[in-house]
Amino acid sequence: MIGGGRTNDGGSPAAGGESVARGAAAGAGGQRTDRPGAGGTPSGRMSRRRMLGFGGASLLVGAAAGAGIDRAVAAADEGDATTSSAVPFHGPHQAGIATPVQDRLHFAAFDVVTGDRAKLVRMLKEWTAAAAAMTAGRPVGAGAVGGPEVSPPDDTGEALGLPPSRLTLTIGFGPTLFEKDGKDRFGIRDRRPAALVDLPHFPGDNLDPNRSGGDIAVQACADDPQVAVHAIRNLARIGFGVVAVRWSQLGFGKTSSTTPDAQTPRNMFGFKDGTRNVAGTETSALDQHIWAAGRDGADWMAGGSYLVARRIRMHIETWDRASLGEQQDVIGRDKNEGAPIGRRREHDPVDLPRLKPTAHVRLAHPDSNGGTRILRRGYSFTDGSDGLGRLDAGLFFIAFQRDPRTGFIRIQNNLATDAMNEYIQHVGSGIYACPPGVREGGHWGETLFG
Amino acid sequence: MRSSSLLALAGVSALSASLLAACGGDDGDGGKGGDAVKVTASDSACEVAKTELPAGKITFKVLNKGSQANEFEILRPDGKIIAERENIGPGTTVNFVVNLSAGDYKALCSAGQTGKGPSRDIKVTGSGGAAGTADPRLTDAASEYKTFVLAQVDDTIAKAQKFADAVKAGDVAKAKELYAPSRMGWETIEPVAEKFGDIDPKIDAREADLKPAEKADWSGWHLLEKALWKDGSVKGKEQYADRLMADLKNLKGQMATLAIDPVNDMAHGAKELLDEVATGKVTGEEEAFSHTDLWDFKGNVDGAKKVYDLLRPVVRQKDAQLAQDLDENFAAVEKLLAKYRKGDGYVSYDTVPAAERKSLGDAVNALGEPLSKLAGAVAK
Repeated sequence: MIGGGRTNDGGSPAAGGESVARGAAAGAGGQRTDRPGAGGTPSGRMSRRRMLGFGGASLLVGAAAGAGIDRAVAAADEGDATTSSAVPFHGPHQAGIATPVQDRLHFAAFDVVTGDRAKLVRMLKEWTAAAAAMTAGRPVGAGAVGGPEVSPPDDTGEALGLPPSRLTLTIGFGPTLFEKDGKDRFGIRDRRPAALVDLPHFPGDNLDPNRSGGDIAVQACADDPQVAVHAIRNLARIGFGVVAVRWSQLGFGKTSSTTPDAQTPRNMFGFKDGTRNVAGTETSALDQHIWAAGRDGADWMAGGSYLVARRIRMHIETWDRASLGEQQDVIGRDKNEGAPIGRRREHDPVDLPRLKPTAHVRLAHPDSNGGTRILRRGYSFTDGSDGLGRLDAGLFFIAFQRDPRTGFIRIQNNLATDAMNEYIQHVGSGIYACPPGVREGGHWGETLFG
Repeated sequence: MRSSSLLALAGVSALSASLLAACGGDDGDGGKGGDAVKVTASDSACEVAKTELPAGKITFKVLNKGSQANEFEILRPDGKIIAERENIGPGTTVNFVVNLSAGDYKALCSAGQTGKGPSRDIKVTGSGGAAGTADPRLTDAASEYKTFVLAQVDDTIAKAQKFADAVKAGDVAKAKELYAPSRMGWETIEPVAEKFGDIDPKIDAREADLKPAEKADWSGWHLLEKALWKDGSVKGKEQYADRLMADLKNLKGQMATLAIDPVNDMAHGAKELLDEVATGKVTGEEEAFSHTDLWDFKGNVDGAKKVYDLLRPVVRQKDAQLAQDLDENFAAVEKLLAKYRKGDGYVSYDTVPAAERKSLGDAVNALGEPLSKLAGAVAK
């Protein structure tokens, strides 16, 4: 039908859409976590823009004077953060790495479909502007409503009325951006960091090429899934003609935190995960294990980090038939408290010899891997079922590290004898160099292409 | 209103002013606020609160009290449509702005959106309203596009006739050969043809899209497609060949009243053609039995390209970056499509592997996105 449905029939999408959108978002997964200190925030009743005036829950009462402030006030550490505030986009490191882990994920890998470097850089600039706006709770471009009726709106609109939800957008560049099929596509082959290796085949891998690789990856994390999905959708839209989505993954529950004082989340095996993860406040550990340095070989990566993503399918049904004793032996911790075998409390040091030689925690422990540490930021996923009546569920593993060769690759090789391998299979994979943070006025990829 | 200049496309026999309507979605935007003329449409009536109106931008506030979707039209006394607003749902009100110069008009409400229904005479007096301020480049583009559309209809009729003859002769092999070519002209102008709402479903409905009650009345190309490729026989289907030709000739007859608006019909139409490719052709749904989707693909892209070529001088002036993006992406799609040429036509779509379909889909998205900005650029 020509002309149908293009005329605005009145009504206010901004006001009317708010409660509907929030209701749908909260209802879709039913997994929203009420974090300590975040509960009861009346964010749902406030417009997205108004929320930006507030830094945290403690300021919410009677702080109407701040409502006109456009830029978000940072709430970088979880103690002050609400599930609706904004995380600063600009800074020395990209947000979404040491940032307290949000509840939801939408991760997307893109292929670059043009050979034109200038076009790619132009799109990265457009992405940066959009990312800065969306993470601050603002719509993309001229917004979702109020523009010319003959044109599609710049923003797709499903985040109207939602708070920033601590959205972070983190970009990474895959090996194929630097060289593909022997071709130096964008004149950056010689800038490929030595640490950005092609991941080797690990025992047990069953990787689907359609869920692996990609020239560019964007990790969108937010406390509201609708905000995360909105961000990826709008970046994909801006990118048409320059990039095309290769694969993407939704995650509904964080499986690691970077905030050890908060309750440790559980993964789909029902076990606490990430107890000994690198915390966002461990500055020296971050510098030593997570942030790349100029002297590592690629100066454009100084302050950046390397992201390894693995889609790890869990054989949920057989796992659920395993006895509690076996489950605890496989992991190396007790299921209730999360204490290492032979200890009482979750955060007690792990006594490695007390664990079975094939226990996951023992094999993955820094002491079994030359002291190396990685920052895990994975999410549980359940993509319906697989046609055989089994849940297509598992862990979308994400880890950041200073050098994957001494980080993920070393640990993953050590996991070859992991008893857990009987219950998991790696089916997707990606490795990406995440550049440092963007300065005000800068853009994603500036240090690489500049 | 910036779009008012588009209204005076005097060179075109009649002009759809629905662009203006689209710009006047809310009270107060060009409609002078509370002066809206109330129209109450129902399944059997069309009440217009005021029938003597001053020339200029007039807002009609149309309430559909009926049970069916309604369409509101402003026509000249001879029946030519000046402006129309489709899809007014039961119980909803829309504000519809039309720029009218002095003269006699009819306001028509069409329950069920058939283009027919009760009407009221309207008299517009005064000196305001659409005047000769049109961009002549758009006037010419609309005029040329109408010529193109009519030529495509003629071409379709000529090729469909050969196809129909083969069906009636029971020559399955020949009919299969002529099937896809007979559709290409239609595919280039589909959004315009869809303006004549009752014809499209008769000639181009897919079986999977029919409601149970509609199955008995199914007709058109895809019925014959199924017979040819699935049944391998068109015995007893001769009447559908005749019906296809009758419907196409009916379309040609209706085309005489065709009014072309450069924004709504051309630019939006081009975008809709790419939507067709993205949702129906890339997936292989359009030609479920014959797998001749790439022919339709080519037709859709050619139709969109024709529109763009005609509007390109205007786009280049108003949004040079958009023109460059469209130039590049049309070329990219055409180049990709050319890989699948075979003889006078295209390879069967079921031979195109999934990875290549994704490349086609990526190219279509790359073109469709800037194409969705064409209307806004032209209306600037």
